[in-house]
Parts: sequence; structure tokens; C-alpha cells
Amino acid sequence: MTALSLTNVNKSFGKVHVLKDISFEVEDGEFVVFVGPSGCGKSTLLRVIAGLEDATSGEIKIGEDVVNLTPPSKRGIAMVFQSYALYPHLNVRGNMSLALKQEGQSKNVIAERVNKAAAMLNLGEYLERFPSELSGGQRQRVAIGRAIVREPKLFLFDEPLSNLDAALRMNTRIEIANLHKQLSASMIYVTHDQTEAMTLADKIVVLRDGRVEQIGSPMDLYNNPANKFVAGFLGSPSMNFFPAGLVSEGDDRTIGIRPEDLFVAEDGALSATVTHVEKLGGDTNVVARLDSHQITARLFGQHDVEEGTGIRFGFAPERIYRFDQEGARLSQ
Amino acid sequence: MNKARTNPFNKTAMHGALIIYTLIALFPVFVILINSFKTRKAIFREPLAMPDSESFSMIGYQTVMKQGDFFLYFQNSMIVTVASLFFVLLFGAMAAFALAEYRFRGNLWMGLYLALGIMIPIRIGTVAILEMMVATGLVNTLWALILVYTAQGLPLAVFILSEFMRQVSEDLKNAGRVDGLSEYTIFFRLVLPLVRPAMATVAVFNMIPIWNDLWFPLILAPAEETKTLTLGSQVFIGQFVTDWNAVLSALSMAILPVLVLYVIFSRQLIRGITSGAVK
Ligand SMILES: Nc1ncnc2c1ncn2[C@@H]1O[C@H](COP(=O)(O)OP(=O)(O)O)[C@@H](O)[C@H]1O
Ligand SMILES: [Mg+2]
Repeated sequence: MTALSLTNVNKSFGKVHVLKDISFEVEDGEFVVFVGPSGCGKSTLLRVIAGLEDATSGEIKIGEDVVNLTPPSKRGIAMVFQSYALYPHLNVRGNMSLALKQEGQSKNVIAERVNKAAAMLNLGEYLERFPSELSGGQRQRVAIGRAIVREPKLFLFDEPLSNLDAALRMNTRIEIANLHKQLSASMIYVTHDQTEAMTLADKIVVLRDGRVEQIGSPMDLYNNPANKFVAGFLGSPSMNFFPAGLVSEGDDRTIGIRPEDLFVAEDGALSATVTHVEKLGGDTNVVARLDSHQITARLFGQHDVEEGTGIRFGFAPERIYRFDQEGARLSQ
Repeated sequence: MNKARTNPFNKTAMHGALIIYTLIALFPVFVILINSFKTRKAIFREPLAMPDSESFSMIGYQTVMKQGDFFLYFQNSMIVTVASLFFVLLFGAMAAFALAEYRFRGNLWMGLYLALGIMIPIRIGTVAILEMMVATGLVNTLWALILVYTAQGLPLAVFILSEFMRQVSEDLKNAGRVDGLSEYTIFFRLVLPLVRPAMATVAVFNMIPIWNDLWFPLILAPAEETKTLTLGSQVFIGQFVTDWNAVLSALSMAILPVLVLYVIFSRQLIRGITSGAVK
């Protein structure tokens, strides 16, 4: 069954056309990630799904119901915001129980659900504290707890990790993944970070300028990007692009190759100058200049490469992607 | 960190400046207060001297208590000021919230229209206001004053408050909507507490002109039972003879409630600034 389906959804703010003909589906229990650069309309799309903005045209269905005119609180959704957005005048328990009170749930049900969520998120000892007395990570967990207690059909997360520091971000990411397994609820997760998208998603929706560029599983998109934008956006370090003319005379296409598919070879096709070396222990990233293009090679293990020296890279022909002038993918 | 904060010279200079300013600001109040406790002769002979056993006199206060119903005037002023502030803050905040929060046709024009009142003094409309009050039978009621002062205070209130409301986290309001709070609850429970400093500012700005106003009480509510303190005190100021003891005593007593209101609002102001932010 589908938990959510959007059909040709458009959204304009006055003359600014922010969302353009968006259509996709979220299956029951699926974890869907919207990914795209800042300002591409991810938050707007999430707000349209939540009912915080009205779609200018198009149809939004949650479960079996068209919800275009349903207010946010009646859509069976819960949302976690980037800035946490905890109610400053309520303590943690108050924050988590407010929505249930509004729904008219009984005291017992509220207490039971709040305690269960608090246990799940290790918030038990903080229930009587106010938001101003919590750390960033704890606030984020409260915000997630506030969503969990409502037992929604669909969770919406808007960049929930972007205000956390790197270590906490990784932990919370794993927590969210575990939560998804425990609750087996449908989740939509917005991020501009491709790592979060790759690690969390069952299905990724890549957005650019308010348009869907491609939809698919992380490995689908990684191995089979529909265009240069998707190819460059997913993967870290990102895919290398250079004119095909550099390897075969007169070819006006663009070649893309992933950093891990390049290897150092005496008779390699690409002759470059090393500009920078990043030694990560497990991997070594070699950044080099190829003609006027910067390319990165990711070598497995530890390598001693001198900066400023010449280097030749080789690649297997079947590992390269070709794109036309407009950035669309070509089948070889 | 901040150099100005740790440098002892700067600190002394800053405190010195503040103390000098405080002294200058309080001097007139001080003069009024000491002279209100002196005999008429002493007031004129040595206006800056403290009252001593010879010059001490409560005659001013006695005159004020005897003359007219001073407590009633007091009460009238209080009712008018508090009620006007209440309405200015309530309607001002509501209008500001609507302008800041909702996109509707003519939003910008409505905002400009409401702000226009800042530039046009309400006294220009006195004759029309008087005619309206006569027509509605509100002349010589406190409501006449409350309505006029509310109208007078709203433009600046809307202008200042809408600016502050725009800064309240969008996410917070949206979280409330997702949780099923009504727009009224979002306004009263989430947004208002966060703009409390701005509310206090608006209250302080409005309070003193209302309390001190002579114009509208004189025109709209000059009856004995609706006289405000400022108007009531005028009986002591004659064209030829002024009862300075009584004027100074009345003024001294008029300062007190404003002071109390000010302390209440400035507390709010500071509490608002220091209370935990959204994030
Ligand atoms: N209320 C609004 N009024 C006008 N433009 C808006 C509004 N909200 C968002 N936008 C515009 O829509 C675009 C997408 O914004 P947003 O959805 O926040 O992007 P993202 O979350 O992907 O960074 C931006 O260009 C932004 O300026
Ligand atoms: Mg966003």
C-alpha cells in the first residue's frame, strides 16, 4: 500500500515557481530521503505534504485520502524541525504530551506513550526539565519524541541533524535508522547531505530547482545516475568530470568517473599533476590537476604520493559514464 | 573577550556617565518632591533647600486632599492608562501577528495604512472625534478617553510588534500547527511570550503620554466624576494666582503610579531579554 502519493504538485509564492510538477509515491514503511542543494525547495515540499503550505496545484494523498484541504493536525503526520522548535514554556513531558492533549487522549494513554517514547530515546531523567536546560542533542531527541508519541502514519524530518556536531550527528543518524526499524512507520527525511541520504534511505528523491531529477534506491542512483547533476551530487568525494576530448581526439562529450575507479598506472590514459594529498589511513585521496580540471582519485590503503609531481591514472573503460552537453546521461 | 568590559578605566567612565545622567534626570523630580513639603515662602526663598523644622509644611497635601476628589481623579487616570495600554497591546499584537504571519491580498497596504498613524498626530482630528463622541453619547465617560488613546497608540504598536513577530521562529509556529494548536493558542501561548520585551517597550512608550495628557480629558471628559489627575490638578493653576504648594504636592503624588507601572514593565523587559531563546 502507498502511504503517500503526490501527483503533479506545484507551488508558487507569487511569481516565484518553487515546486514544479512533483510526482512520487512513498510505500508503507518506506524510508524516503529528499536530497538536493540548499534552496532547491525541499523544505517547501515537506511543508506542502504537512499542510503548512497549500499546493498551488496537484493532488496529495496520504493513505487513501486526498488531503489537500486537511489541516496539518488531521493528516496523521508528525514533523521534526531543523531548529527543534520545542515549546519554551513547557517542560519535556509537556512538550511531548501537548499534541495528545489537543487530540483529547486520556491521561493514562498520554502518560503511557510519553514514558514509552522517553524510554526509547533515553529521555527518562529529563522529563521534568525545560528546553533551555537541555543540550542540543537532547533537544533533538525531545523533538523526535514529540513526533513518536503521536504514532503518526507518516514522519516528516526537516534536516534534523544539521544543527548537531559531527560526532552527535553520526549517533543520531543511527538512532533514527533504528527508530525506523522499531516503528516500521513511513518516514520522509529531508537533507542536503548526501551521506545521510545514502546511509538512511530505502529510496532517494533527488531535487534540483524544485524539480525531481531522479528517484531510486541509493545504489541505483549511485550506479545508474540519470544525469550529470545526480552523478556529481551523490558520492564523496564526488565524481570527476572532464571533456572526453582529453582521451579521444574530437569527442565533445563529458566523461565522468568515480574517484575509486581511478588507479595509478605507468601507462594510464590520464596524465595529471598532484596538487594535494589527503591521507585518511584507510584511504588516500589524491587531488590532481588534469589540464584545467581538478580530479580526485581515491586509492585504497596508504600511499606515498609527492605533491607537485606528475602522475598517470588509468581506469577500466566500463566504469566511465558519458554525458552530453546538457548533462543528460548517454548510453556509452 | 570584550575589552570595554574588562578595562577598569572604561568601566569607571561608563558608570560615571550613567550616574551623571541619572542625577540630571532625577534633579527636577527631587526639586518637586522637596518643595512639596515646604511652606510657600520657603519655596520661593530657597527653592533648593531641604525642608527643615521651620520650613516644613504639609499645607500643599492638605489642600489637594480637601480640594476636589483627588482619589477619584487618581483612580480615573489609572483606569484610563491601564485600560488603554491593555487594548493597545492586545489589538496591536493581534494586528501585528496577522500582518507578519499571514499572506493575504493587501497585506503590505494594510501595514502601511496602519503605520500611517505614526506620522499624523491624532489631535488634528479632535473636532471630528468630539462630534463622534457626542453622537455616541460617550462624552464625559472614561471610555471616550480609552478609545482615543487606544487609537493613538495602535500605529506604533503595530509597527514595532510586527517587526518582532517576524523574528519569531517559523518552525515553532509550524510545530504548534502540526500539533493541533489553534491560531489563537499559537498567538497567545507561543508568540506573545517571545515578544514580551517588545510589548514592554510599547507599553512604556505609550504609558507616559497617556498619563500626562491634558488635551483629551479637557475636551472629551471634563466632568467632575471623569476628571483625570492632570486635569484635576489644573484647578490649582490660576491665571493670576497659582497655589504652588498644591501643584507640587499633586505632581509628587502623580509621579508615583507611573513609577510603579514603569518598574513592572521594565522587569518584564529585562526578563524577556534574559529568558531562554528558542533554540
Ligand atoms: N514563504 C516564502 N515566500 C517566498 N519564497 C519562499 C518562501 N519559502 C521558500 N521560498 C523560496 O523557495 C525556495 C526553496 O526554499 P526551501 O524549500 O526552504 O529550500 P531548501 O529547504 O531546499 O533549502 C527558496 O528559493 C526560497 O527563497
Ligand atoms: Mg530547508
